[in-house]
Amino acid sequence: MIAAGRLLVWGAIAFLYTPILVLIAMGFNASPLYELPFVFSTRWYEALAENRALLRAGTNSVVLALLTTAIATPLGTMAALALARGRFRGRTLLQLLLLPPIAIPWLIIGTAMLIFFFWVGIGRGFHALLIGHVALALPYVVLIVGTGAAGIPPELEDAARSLGAPPLRSFRAVTLPLLTPAILGAALFAFAVSLDQFVVSYFLATPGHSTLPVQIYGAIRKGFTPEINAISTILLLGSMAVILLFLLLARPGRSHGQG
Amino acid sequence: MRSEGATAPAHSRPESMVLPAWIGRTALLAPTYLWLALAVFLPILAMLAFSFMAATPSARQPVVWTLEHYRAFIDKPYLVPVALTTLRIALVTTLLCAALGFLVALALVRSVAGRAREVLLVLILLPFWTNALVRTFSWTMVIRDNGLLDLALGPLLPEGATAGFLYTRAAIVLGLVHGYLPYMVLTCYIALSSIDRDLIEAAQSLGARWWTVLGRILLPLAMPGLVSGAVLVFVPTVGAFMEPRILGGRVGMTLGTVIEDQFTQAFDWPLGASLAFTMLLVVLGIMATFAGILRRGGGLGLAR
Repeated sequence: MIAAGRLLVWGAIAFLYTPILVLIAMGFNASPLYELPFVFSTRWYEALAENRALLRAGTNSVVLALLTTAIATPLGTMAALALARGRFRGRTLLQLLLLPPIAIPWLIIGTAMLIFFFWVGIGRGFHALLIGHVALALPYVVLIVGTGAAGIPPELEDAARSLGAPPLRSFRAVTLPLLTPAILGAALFAFAVSLDQFVVSYFLATPGHSTLPVQIYGAIRKGFTPEINAISTILLLGSMAVILLFLLLARPGRSHGQG
Repeated sequence: MRSEGATAPAHSRPESMVLPAWIGRTALLAPTYLWLALAVFLPILAMLAFSFMAATPSARQPVVWTLEHYRAFIDKPYLVPVALTTLRIALVTTLLCAALGFLVALALVRSVAGRAREVLLVLILLPFWTNALVRTFSWTMVIRDNGLLDLALGPLLPEGATAGFLYTRAAIVLGLVHGYLPYMVLTCYIALSSIDRDLIEAAQSLGARWWTVLGRILLPLAMPGLVSGAVLVFVPTVGAFMEPRILGGRVGMTLGTVIEDQFTQAFDWPLGASLAFTMLLVVLGIMATFAGILRRGGGLGLAR
């Protein structure tokens, strides 16, 4: 039984990683039509270095993800702290309101944003992408930081305050250091949410202000070369690294992390 | 005893000037919720408004209100089989994910222990957070005619035959199962790992066979995980449009691709809005039905 169970787990892992490994391998295959047998070549990475459109979209994606992180992390942390402290009327409703942006299919959110931004004159482009990505990242930040805050005994801050520390000081000296892993984890998660986002970006991007996934989708539908594999490999490894770092820092599903 | 939040500690001294708790709270909450209102909730209301318009509003024409787009399934009969296909793909995907996810989670809980189990769980969850578009695209290289699947099965296949199934509904299901399986593994894992081992051993020592243990203990106790996993898989697969486009080709017409078309090809935004809003109602209905289980089932926090 135990051997069969292990076989099943490794089978699932093989299934999940098949397309990822295929993608990476085919980026190093010389044939432009993905033909086999495999002949090792770095020509697609060399071609990528010359591909202005893909590189610009890649730069856009990284800048967008950094800005999204820089905005969503502090705002979401503030909201998480307010929600973690005490019970007040409307708290449950506010917590429930975090779920629609996470759980509604992106197709619906993306088209709704397109309609509304068009209607009120925000339009499409980089600023629209930023507004959308921050909104998608915010609920995750609130939930992740909220989980971290729930693990901090409130007595600690109370103690600091009863000893005379003003609220801001007791927050900086007591709460913030304990919360740092959760905030860093939330920031990494926000970065990954933005970097991997395709559907919403697809409806808000313009040809001049595109992101990497949108550019890749266009290339796939128009006919493509293994350059797409090369850039996708970089994107894939980048986001996997970010998420691994997140898992190490935030340890979701565990009690509040001690350094 | 803490009755009010930490913002108003019971032992605050009278001389300290403390602002009322609600002011600080509002200041902390406002940016997040205003942003969500601007970027999520108002857009959904705008979509609802659009779905009642005869045409996309422009400066020249006055807005005409109509209910016609909500009759789309009657006026445009081709939408009915499209909707049924969409539901079938989503159901098959959910069932396959449930069966596989439950078994993998069970194997993980029962056959692997300690640190190794944690590492394997991370390995299973990691692909989930990588770009779905890129993974979907990669499957086309595997399952197309003369792709890697044919290469792997080469000696087993008759001369000239192919095992490739790109541009079929099965291909769409494969892509979706691959995309959402980690979800189901996670929710089932959370449910199963909380089952007391002694319970199973007690049942076995009393003579219960494995199917009794499975049917009487494991499945009922894992049910919250299975149900929340099923909702979390079903909802995004109903709204999928990229997987059907890339893996389904011409047979890949689903409600998702029809909605996408209204916004990118046909430019019939009001029709697209009414279809999207109908889908939203279905999704919200499902989530409201299972809200209690979803909360207890966990895993929602790290969704998608």
